[in-house]
Amino acid sequence: MTRRIRTPWEVFIRPRRGLSHQHVGSVHGADAEMALANARDLYARRGDPVSIWVVPSEAVRASSPAEKDPLFANAADKPYRYPEFFVTLHEDGDEQH
Amino acid sequence: MDDEGVVRLDAEYDEARLSAHFEALLAAGERIEPRDWMPEGYRRMLLRQIAQHAHSEIIGMQPEGAWLTRAPTLHRKAVLLAKVQDEAGHGLYLYAAAETLGVSRAELLDALHSGHQRYAATFNHPALTWADAGAIAWLTDGAAVVNQVPLCQTSYGPYARAMRRVCQEEAFHVRQGYDMLHALCQGTPQQKEMAQDAVNRWWLPAVALMFGPPDTVAGGADARTAAMGAAVTRRSMAWGIKRHTNDELRQRFVDQVVPQAERLGLTLPDPGIRWNEERGHYDFGPIDWRVFRDSLGDGSLVARQRLAHRVAAHEDGAWVREAVDAHAAGGGDWREAA
Repeated sequence: MTRRIRTPWEVFIRPRRGLSHQHVGSVHGADAEMALANARDLYARRGDPVSIWVVPSEAVRASSPAEKDPLFANAADKPYRYPEFFVTLHEDGDEQH
Repeated sequence: MDDEGVVRLDAEYDEARLSAHFEALLAAGERIEPRDWMPEGYRRMLLRQIAQHAHSEIIGMQPEGAWLTRAPTLHRKAVLLAKVQDEAGHGLYLYAAAETLGVSRAELLDALHSGHQRYAATFNHPALTWADAGAIAWLTDGAAVVNQVPLCQTSYGPYARAMRRVCQEEAFHVRQGYDMLHALCQGTPQQKEMAQDAVNRWWLPAVALMFGPPDTVAGGADARTAAMGAAVTRRSMAWGIKRHTNDELRQRFVDQVVPQAERLGLTLPDPGIRWNEERGHYDFGPIDWRVFRDSLGDGSLVARQRLAHRVAAHEDGAWVREAVDAHAAGGGDWREAA
């Protein structure tokens, strides 16, 4: 029998309405209900969070740090994606709107 | 050159390149994250520190936990329960951080139970009276905060994030402990005497053991101990794990706590404590590390009780783990439920 109790889950909490769920850490749990209960005990002892997500850690497909350049380097050679690349809308610069 | 030689050279080249990248990240003040390449020594030093830290949190539940059923009021009991529950939570944050370094929680607990990994020897002192619960929280948690605030900036991301959560909660621990002693100091002469007695016994464990051995000449210990401590600290600081020497943090703690003790009307049991105008710090007496270490061997009665209690709690929980596993095997799996 596999030791399911040791299955790790990633925990995401929405700290208040209007904000996204944010990753806060991980817990162990045999199933989603247990992971949710553990996440509540561990990460919601204070504050007034709105909701919790738990996601099996193995379900997360992560990019490798070695892939950083091929994945994210496009910003460096495409400065025209930023407004600062272009002529300002006012004589004095961007401060006035 | 044969193929093996080429492969070996490639591996050496890769390692040098990875190592240079790692050092560049540290130099830029960036955090190292779990999937980054890291030198084996860095991983080992981190694992040792985080594991010892996690173990200290859960063993540290015992001295105060023993007073839960004997708290003088329902309010104090509720507060202490919340405090001890936080310590369990701190242990879990730290075990989760350690797991990102490729060990399982079960392996870490085995290492604690078998004595292969350590916890802070501070907790091998008994909590003899109700005032001890206050003195522990004020002095040892207070010392822990001084250690942990810089660790919020430590170079390993998961450890730094765990420490930020811990630090947010630790302030409550210190305040409620100080509040307990404050109440006793406003009470009868016997109550104040009990507070003084507890502070007498927890001062040295806090100022000495919570910060570790001396690692500068200012540590005041024999040169050999200080030199050994300094070598470890230098390595740790070069890797951005520690940010300050043990002795620097110890001084910071003394500077914070002396005025707090004065406000309580209690005396810290060190006749060497006095304000040094020239240094802008409080002087304090040298710690005799050799005598102190000898008195705290693993074989002490309380040390054996702490570990035996921990192992018994783990074994008593075996049926819960088995029941949960059986439940999971019977359809608790997340994919089947979906």
